[in-house]
Amino acid sequence: MSALTDLGIAAIRDGVAAGDFSAREVAEAFIAKVAAAKPLNAFLVETPDHALAAADAADAARAGGEVLKPLAGVPIGMKDLFCTAGVPTTAGSLILDGFTPPYESTVSANLWAAGAGMLGKLNMDQFAMGSSNETSAFGNVISPWRRGDGSNAPLAPGGSSGGSSAAVAARLCPGATGTDTGGSIRQPAAFTGISGIKPTYGRCSRWGVVAFASSLDQAGPMARDVRDCALMLEAMAGFDPKDATSLNESVPAWTASLSSNLKGKRIGIPREYRVDAMPDEIDALWQQGIDWLKDAGAEIVEVSLPHTKYALPAYYIIAPAEASSNLARYDGVRYGHRTLPDGANLQDMYAATRAAGFGDEVKRRIMIGTYVLSAGFYDAYFTQASKVRTLIARDFELAWAQCDYLLTPTAPSAAFALGEKSADPIAMYLNDVFTVPSSLAGLPAMSVPGGLDRQGLPLGLQIIGKALDEQGVLNASLALEERAGFVARPEKWW
Amino acid sequence: MAVDIATVQRIAGLARIAITEAEAARLAPELGNILGWIEQLGEVDTSGVAPMTAVIPNQLRLRDDVVNADPLTGGNVRDAVLANAPQAEHGFFAVPKVIE
Amino acid sequence: MSDYRIKGATGDWEVVIGLEVHAQVTSQAKLFSGAATAFGAEPNSQVSLVDAAMPGMLPVPNRECIRQAVRTGMAIEAQINKWSRFDRKNYFYADLPQGYQISQLYHPIVGEGAIEISLDDKNPDAETKRIGIERIHVEQDAGKLMHDQHPTRSYVDLNRSGVALMEIVSRPDMRSPAEAGAYLRKLRSILRYVGSCDGNMEEGSMRADVNVSVRRPGEPFGTRTETKNVNSVRFVMQAIEHEASRQVDVLEAGGRIVQETRLFDPDSGTTRSMRSKEDAHDYRYFPDPDLLPLELDEAFLDECRASLPELPDAKRARYLALGITPYNAGVLTAEVEAARWFDALLEAGAKPVAASNWVTSELFGALNRLGRDIASSPVSPAQAAELLALVADGTLSGSLAKQVFEIMLETGQNAAQIVDERGLKQTSDTGAIEAEIARVMEANADKVADYRGGKDKLFGFFVGQVMKAMGGKANPGVVNDLLKKALG
Ligand SMILES: [Mg+2]
Ligand SMILES: [Zn+2]
Repeated sequence: MSALTDLGIAAIRDGVAAGDFSAREVAEAFIAKVAAAKPLNAFLVETPDHALAAADAADAARAGGEVLKPLAGVPIGMKDLFCTAGVPTTAGSLILDGFTPPYESTVSANLWAAGAGMLGKLNMDQFAMGSSNETSAFGNVISPWRRGDGSNAPLAPGGSSGGSSAAVAARLCPGATGTDTGGSIRQPAAFTGISGIKPTYGRCSRWGVVAFASSLDQAGPMARDVRDCALMLEAMAGFDPKDATSLNESVPAWTASLSSNLKGKRIGIPREYRVDAMPDEIDALWQQGIDWLKDAGAEIVEVSLPHTKYALPAYYIIAPAEASSNLARYDGVRYGHRTLPDGANLQDMYAATRAAGFGDEVKRRIMIGTYVLSAGFYDAYFTQASKVRTLIARDFELAWAQCDYLLTPTAPSAAFALGEKSADPIAMYLNDVFTVPSSLAGLPAMSVPGGLDRQGLPLGLQIIGKALDEQGVLNASLALEERAGFVARPEKWW
Repeated sequence: MAVDIATVQRIAGLARIAITEAEAARLAPELGNILGWIEQLGEVDTSGVAPMTAVIPNQLRLRDDVVNADPLTGGNVRDAVLANAPQAEHGFFAVPKVIE
Repeated sequence: MSDYRIKGATGDWEVVIGLEVHAQVTSQAKLFSGAATAFGAEPNSQVSLVDAAMPGMLPVPNRECIRQAVRTGMAIEAQINKWSRFDRKNYFYADLPQGYQISQLYHPIVGEGAIEISLDDKNPDAETKRIGIERIHVEQDAGKLMHDQHPTRSYVDLNRSGVALMEIVSRPDMRSPAEAGAYLRKLRSILRYVGSCDGNMEEGSMRADVNVSVRRPGEPFGTRTETKNVNSVRFVMQAIEHEASRQVDVLEAGGRIVQETRLFDPDSGTTRSMRSKEDAHDYRYFPDPDLLPLELDEAFLDECRASLPELPDAKRARYLALGITPYNAGVLTAEVEAARWFDALLEAGAKPVAASNWVTSELFGALNRLGRDIASSPVSPAQAAELLALVADGTLSGSLAKQVFEIMLETGQNAAQIVDERGLKQTSDTGAIEAEIARVMEANADKVADYRGGKDKLFGFFVGQVMKAMGGKANPGVVNDLLKKALG
């Protein structure tokens, strides 16, 4: 039998249920891996007791002859954007230093109710703002992957869910939560050779998740394969009356309905996603993906999403605008960091606290957001961006007349080295060029590993589906996964 | 789009982020670049287009007027509310004295 | 309607007034959380994680608050917007945990409406004036800062944070302090009829932001100032008076008015500039992304409409049509509790005119004496109806009725019971009365002669003597008739 930590979510659950091993053994194995992986800096807080308690509950349930919960005995990692009762939650920022929520986010509570346990809180880009995990106040997350050229350049695990992607790729946990505002599940999944799905906006409750951009934020699972993602998403999703944007829809049995047979399905290839200066390896992988989906029985059609080019600039108005307001609550009054210079008045205290607590990228985005909402600029920026967003959503609507899903690369490149793009914000923002449009339209989208580039680094393919059609997205992704046969994993160096 | 230092200072003031003269000078071209880049949106003809109001067709739900129906969103949780406060005294949050 | 003018050194000035009234919506729970709204609780006890703006907390609107705003809009015959939405007003202050107030700027729930005011409610011929209402929107209240509990710190209490308010924004249609006072009283009365706000100004349930400018009559509007959070009708009138004459002084001295936020000091009756809020004018409003547009369906609107009570103007018109005097109709409709009590009295069968006289004189007089309000009157409408019926059918004379009423107030007994037990019934027994008349005439033969000799004024004397002899229980009409006959 292979190491327990090589098992995915379904395999662990089934093994525990069958009595092949105990949930405690599984938890202990992962806890040890987490403890031994400090150089990756993927975990901000380790919570072995939480994982062990859930494992013991699963073992006890099995011993008592009970029907096991869907994730019984599965230890997972929790992105530090989710508030967890009694466990420090920082969103990767100093401004939440010392903050211990007295409440549990709906999504994490759902996972615990499904029997999962928590190995710890995962590092991330500060307030989920970043594509490389270089904006965390608690240090970069280092990708477990390395280039095959012998260079030891530390690579970006993607962002903002980079702790999650690194941890899953390094087998520190079989699955982890992520959140996706403009690609923060899919891009890190692609960079680290794992799978991740951002469901339809409103599927997963935002209650208890530290907000970045409310109209875009969606939680989703990151795991080793499509089935594991489906299993985890079933537990995470669901209507929550505490979130006014939560969709009042029942959660379908996605896992049970998985099928990679795409006969009768049409796959759209959006013309506008062939961007300039895209590496030919990405292009080649995209073509490969087309062939795989054809092989699965799908018909390929070319479609046009004419406003694609404007998605990124619209996103970089809407997301910072919402963030500038969402982050106003971090003021040093009720929780988190406070800087109170001698003789400072209230407003001085705010300014000093926020100057000390927020990192550079967060400040940059708050400033952009403040600017675009400020008197005289609101219509030209925010209103125009909101209109362009309508057009982008309409592009997708029109495409659905011709196809069922869209296939695109997940990111325009493989993982880059840490520091490579951090000097140029716009170059960094361009990383999300393929993921942002579906975020703006609230559509479900998934990244699965397609292969390796010449450097031996993973590349991802993305499936975008219609609103609420997570099943279709999972199925098409499964078809890709089966044909890609991606088994590469990073060699342990940490 | 050129952004001058005074503008950076004004925006930082609105956002309540203290910045030094040097930081403002560094931020000015950076913000200018980003704003210049997002300004390409102006090219899009949006006449007759309504701004997006709901990402997914969905209606605002209203809750019943019931006190403490859900403990997670109800009151009577003063300890939880004050637990993380940098300075809490006599059941209040404390801040530097405000002169109105 | 108002020729109110400020006489300046250089001529007359006209005052232009608009009011933004913040009225606390009557609801059990807050606008976006389940915390209670009751007044006077321990600091920070009625605060949810949502109200304290903890990370990841989200607002979900309270249906009752929306319903009350819609009903209020209907009561002022305003346009109800079936599609509205919430916006964020962004600014930093210690009483504002989110760093923004959820309000409605771009698409308020209630649009144009109006209120009719009269400077003399008791006079139906007094001129009335329509004060335009621009909009009503729903928003969150802020918390409270306490400045006097610590030498160097202010204390924050978030109990009020997130309580639902209606902001009722008038047009700048008022031209005198008296008009502003009449508007506020009328608005308060309507809100209390509708039940959407208790109108309790001492507890802060109603506060007004007072916008004042001055101009030469007929000229365009001048620059206005906004005096914040004035919490009584009298203070609003004082603030207007002071602020208008201050502006006239500034203008006549060659200065100009700065558009600014001011604070009213009730002790001195003056306003002063509020420096702490001066820089906060760029609020960066944008639609709250945590909340979808608010869409109201017909069933909801129908229920709101159907549940509206008869409003003061309609009620007053109905009372006038019943023959009630304008004065009484005005008094009876000013406060919803009095009107409700009076309606119950009519419902119990009392005759409108007599009942209105009795309520406004006897009942109000008694309540005044007892220091009680009508809601806690010791005599119920049904009991009062019984008393009035005994007067109407001749069982009780006016003075007997007063006696019975006093006993009712003391004992809580019903009128008929009191009349029975104490034998207070009025008598029309002509035999008994004629016997007493004969006895009185015999005892006062000299006065009979004087009367017959032309001293008509003595008639009252005889009535008094007979009534006294009858123990106050004789029917005065019958006594009159029989006396006239006997005296010739
Ligand atoms: Mg105001
Ligand atoms: Zn207001």
